Amino acid sequence: MNGVVEPVARVGRVTHRYGKVVALSDLTLDLPAGRMVGLIGPDGVGKSTLMGLIAGAKRLQQGKVTCLGGSMAKARHRTTMGGRIAFMPQGLGRNLYHDLSVRENMEFFGKLFALGRAERRARIERLTRATGLHPFLDRPAGKLSGGMKQKLGLCSSLIHDPDFLLLDEPTTGVDPLSRRQFWDLIAAIRADRPEMSVLVSTAYMEEAALFDHLVAMDGGRVLAEGPPAELMARTGTATVGDAYVALMRQTNADEHASPPAAPRPADLPEGGEIAIRARGLTRRFSDFTAVDSVSFDISRGEIFGFLGSNGCGKTTTMKMLTGLLPATEGEAWIFGQPVADQGMEARARVGFMSQSFSLYGELTVQENLVLHARLYHLGPALSAARLADLVPRFGLTEHMGQKAGDLPLGLRQRLSLAVAVIHSPEILILDEPTSGVDPQARDDFWRLLLDLSRNDKVTIFISTHFMDEAMRCDRISLMHAGRVLVSDRPEKIVEDSGAASLEEAFIAYMAAELPPETEAPPALTAKAATSPDAAGFSLGRLLAFTSREAMQVRRDPVRLAFAFLGSALLLLVMSFGISQEVRDIPFAVLDHDDSPASRAYVSAYRDSPWFKLKSPILDVQALDDRMTSGELALALEIPPRFGADLRGGHGNAVAATIDGADTARAGTIESYVSGAHGSALAGIAPGRAEAQMPPPVTLEPRFRYNPDMASLPSIGPSIPPLLLLLFPAILMAVSVAREKEIGTITNFYVTPTGRAEFLIGKQLVYIGIALLNFAILTALVVLVLGVPLRGSPLVLVLATLVYVVAATGFGLMVSMMTSTQVTAVFASTVLSVMPTLQFSGMLTPVSSLEGPARVMGSLWPTTWYMMASVGSYTKGLGFADLSGALVRLAVFGPVFTGIAIAILKKQER
Amino acid sequence: MRPLINTFWLTGKELKSVLGDPVMVILIAWSFVVAVMLEAQGAGDTVRNASIAIVDEDRSPLSRQISDALMPPWFQAPVEMTADQAAAAMDRGEVMFVLSFPPRFAADALAGRAPTAQLLADATAVSQAQLGTDYLRNIVQQEARVFLAASPEAAPPGLGLELRRAFNPNGNPVWFKAMSSLLNQLSVLTIALTGAAMLREREHGTIEHLMVMPLSPAEVAVSKVLATMVVVLAAFTGSLLIVVRGVLDVPVAGSMPLLVSGAAVYLWAAAAIGMLLGTLARSMAQFALLVIMVIIPVIMLSGGMGAVESQPDLVQKLTLALPSRHFLAFAKAVAFRGAGLDAVWPQLALMAGLGAAFFGASLALFRRSMSVTG
Repeated sequence: MNGVVEPVARVGRVTHRYGKVVALSDLTLDLPAGRMVGLIGPDGVGKSTLMGLIAGAKRLQQGKVTCLGGSMAKARHRTTMGGRIAFMPQGLGRNLYHDLSVRENMEFFGKLFALGRAERRARIERLTRATGLHPFLDRPAGKLSGGMKQKLGLCSSLIHDPDFLLLDEPTTGVDPLSRRQFWDLIAAIRADRPEMSVLVSTAYMEEAALFDHLVAMDGGRVLAEGPPAELMARTGTATVGDAYVALMRQTNADEHASPPAAPRPADLPEGGEIAIRARGLTRRFSDFTAVDSVSFDISRGEIFGFLGSNGCGKTTTMKMLTGLLPATEGEAWIFGQPVADQGMEARARVGFMSQSFSLYGELTVQENLVLHARLYHLGPALSAARLADLVPRFGLTEHMGQKAGDLPLGLRQRLSLAVAVIHSPEILILDEPTSGVDPQARDDFWRLLLDLSRNDKVTIFISTHFMDEAMRCDRISLMHAGRVLVSDRPEKIVEDSGAASLEEAFIAYMAAELPPETEAPPALTAKAATSPDAAGFSLGRLLAFTSREAMQVRRDPVRLAFAFLGSALLLLVMSFGISQEVRDIPFAVLDHDDSPASRAYVSAYRDSPWFKLKSPILDVQALDDRMTSGELALALEIPPRFGADLRGGHGNAVAATIDGADTARAGTIESYVSGAHGSALAGIAPGRAEAQMPPPVTLEPRFRYNPDMASLPSIGPSIPPLLLLLFPAILMAVSVAREKEIGTITNFYVTPTGRAEFLIGKQLVYIGIALLNFAILTALVVLVLGVPLRGSPLVLVLATLVYVVAATGFGLMVSMMTSTQVTAVFASTVLSVMPTLQFSGMLTPVSSLEGPARVMGSLWPTTWYMMASVGSYTKGLGFADLSGALVRLAVFGPVFTGIAIAILKKQER
Repeated sequence: MRPLINTFWLTGKELKSVLGDPVMVILIAWSFVVAVMLEAQGAGDTVRNASIAIVDEDRSPLSRQISDALMPPWFQAPVEMTADQAAAAMDRGEVMFVLSFPPRFAADALAGRAPTAQLLADATAVSQAQLGTDYLRNIVQQEARVFLAASPEAAPPGLGLELRRAFNPNGNPVWFKAMSSLLNQLSVLTIALTGAAMLREREHGTIEHLMVMPLSPAEVAVSKVLATMVVVLAAFTGSLLIVVRGVLDVPVAGSMPLLVSGAAVYLWAAAAIGMLLGTLARSMAQFALLVIMVIIPVIMLSGGMGAVESQPDLVQKLTLALPSRHFLAFAKAVAFRGAGLDAVWPQLALMAGLGAAFFGASLALFRRSMSVTG
């Protein structure tokens, strides 16, 4: 294999920036084909960026990248070639759908690459058998252990037989046994298909030693490249780990150069103070026991390591120790005090770092540190001193102004650690603190831990997957399936098991617990029969997104229940609650006359359903006061000599003062008062024609569509238009934003999926949900509210269809402007509530609106659907009458969706 | 002291989160500037620009005189149609009213036979139909009297009615709409912001981080409520002073500090609702649905889109639990009627009490959810 190999990818003078931070600087690199190439280097030197650029997931800013014989700057090449590349991003199961099962995940990826049903089935069978995932085909991906998630990620990447496989830190956070199985699997695949090129980044130098070719990076540049042996020879070192350290030191000469080996402490004094004690600690989650009767004693100043496969109960145990989770059985004590009833002071003695990044991504590094210092009440001077100490120690100096969420994984872990120790706690509980941290930084970190433990007597309870770290612990416990298998000094464990190293011992213990792995069948990856043209629109891919989204929605029945029950409930409450009649208008009278006539006049008001009489008004001042307090909406002032003037036919007038604060209501009251006044006079003086002349003409009103002027037939049909816009729009927006936030959108970036396929594929599901919702609402309107559907049901269904396309299209459009679910919820609510409730003609006809509101009303789909809905129910209109509204309505969906498709970026920035 | 310091720093963190996101800032500005103006200026009277068709089988000076009297801003210029055309136009929603004069309408009127004009009203919009009918009746009778007496001054003596509108004498609809629109923005923003801040903390696992620190759930919750209150209250006050009073020229009769303080009390209640939803929901999608389910009644049943007294008795009792109803009553009283604290304290007390109840419920739920999730 010494011949010149044509590179699988060439990177030419590439520079990549995130804002002011330079991730890659003028980098040039050729990656040999058919080889396993390792990318090593400290955190944040641009490894992930480089991989993203080569895979076409990130947009090229400057320079040239050719991959598999074409430029990655060309969209056409990216699409045609997308089927030959597989990219597995960093983070455990980041591109997997956690609510879908193993099989469903793989089915989805298979569909994206247009594999036929039989083909998919066969490949899933082969790949899962080879990886030992076969027994778990129906388990949701989220419930898999970290190692199994990575295997599933790999299987999903391999489903279409890629020619180029890119794996970004695939074994970070994975236990040794799973890690070994993972690399065995890769080796088997490569043996099967030697022409496949692989690019891997890793933080494990032992792994890097096994690769064909290594690329060491630092500061956005390539430091050195070559086969591992060559690198070792060049630096004069014996292991890849040492070679790495030597290479890094060349650039960072100022770094302290002490040997990585830590001083082993003298044996701890027996019978020292017990810092953490657990007895029979047990935690059950419904049917499954996460932690099963775990007991231990940890002395003050001891470093206690927790090892075990992912999901074996380490995290749960730690959470019980911090008091985050109550124990089902058993008890734990911190410094002799039960965890269950410890107070605030006790919490200040403990520092905790959880496995997942749990700082504020939107705050800068500095802000995060200061915030925590302050929350631990360190005071300004002490805070500053701690920061001055910790920031350089954790190598955060250059990143102080960066947002924590923008940091690469390794740096984020360092920040979390700095935060965990900022208040100099007496106990540190660290859940996999070094996952994803580069070797040098890990070494520095351990130096710090040892210092804390030996000199400050800080007790450290730590979980890790790194065996070199485990060797540095005073004692370790091996956990599996909620139980502690063995607990002792690491050297003792190695000795007792008769293994060569702790890793061997660990694997031996674990393997004894696990069912034997099925042997990989020889034909792991038979070449796909046909490799269909990936370019161009594919209905199959679109439907793959549809069926996946539908499955995910089905897995969240609460969401569906909210959507359906919630809208049903709203329909009923709003239909009965909104009444446009004004009744029981509170009024009172200031009667200056107090005659039988004036009393008769007032009783005409009192006896009508529109008015409700309050206690009499005594004087003008009281009239003002009672109007001001809002007690009265109407005050009648009857003039002196009212009765006499009525009889005598002299001109006189009753003064009616109306609360004008609510203008619409005031208008209605005005017209009621006029009516009541007329009938009151007619009642008191029926015979006096000259007092109240009968009108020369009369007007006979007829109320069409709703002769009884009932509220329900008017309101009922206008509520579904509101609900059928708001619910689908928001669900849609959140769904897309969620993919962006969680990271599954990477699958869209790195597969040949088109923008329309991705968006419309997802949209179809929410259109379906909205139509179902429409059916429920229609049944309620007709059966419960008793509003008959007089018009054509077919037209209403058609209108609804185009309407919900518009509603979901609006959701898509909003989601394009937002990157998190929070902003998506916020933006879609803020932008859609007003035009939907106020400008759609629900209570105020659009023709009565003015200015921009009217324009906005006619540019909002609800207006036209309102017309169709009300027209169909109450007016009994058919296609001919509603065609105008339908045509306008039909424009919104394609426009909104089209805008969303146009804005959507096919690559990450 | 400690809780105060904790709350202070946590609130600062929340503020940075909200104000650090440009999309959020733009949306808040949109709500309090653009949305308020659109909503307020868009408001017409209940009957405004009503479209009307005339079916004139009389073609007399009287029918023409009545047609000419239908004027903006209440009515659009009437369109003459045949009866069939008018019915079809009403089906299509093009006309709201059809006024028909029978043959010999004017002649009968002159002969004192009190002829009848027919009015057809589109009653799918109940209040417009009702009010428009009243207006039209007045116009028709008034014009007929003028026509018969040939002089408008000749109205018969009798007991008149002097109608006067207090607090908004010209019945300018912008005033009330501006206030109810402000309320809507307050509700939407506060509920969505507070709840989302809570839920984001949970979805990102940062809440666990806070819970192992010497902080109480109450401090965490209060800081979120406070941060939202600060942001939204600032936006509200700015909007009130610059947009509502300045641009829209709405006079505020009562005390400005009282109005702003009342808004703060309302914000407390609304933020507590948001907090409750944020602790109830398990995912952002669920939260979004809850927000919609709450926001629609909060806006539509507050009294801003139809008087509270008109609601059925049962619904009226239910809406007592809506802080927005009390705030609108408060805001109307202070802003337009110039009411003082002595008149509006019941509303303030109710809002504060509801806020405390919602907040207490969410705190209880929050404590429970912390021990259940794992």
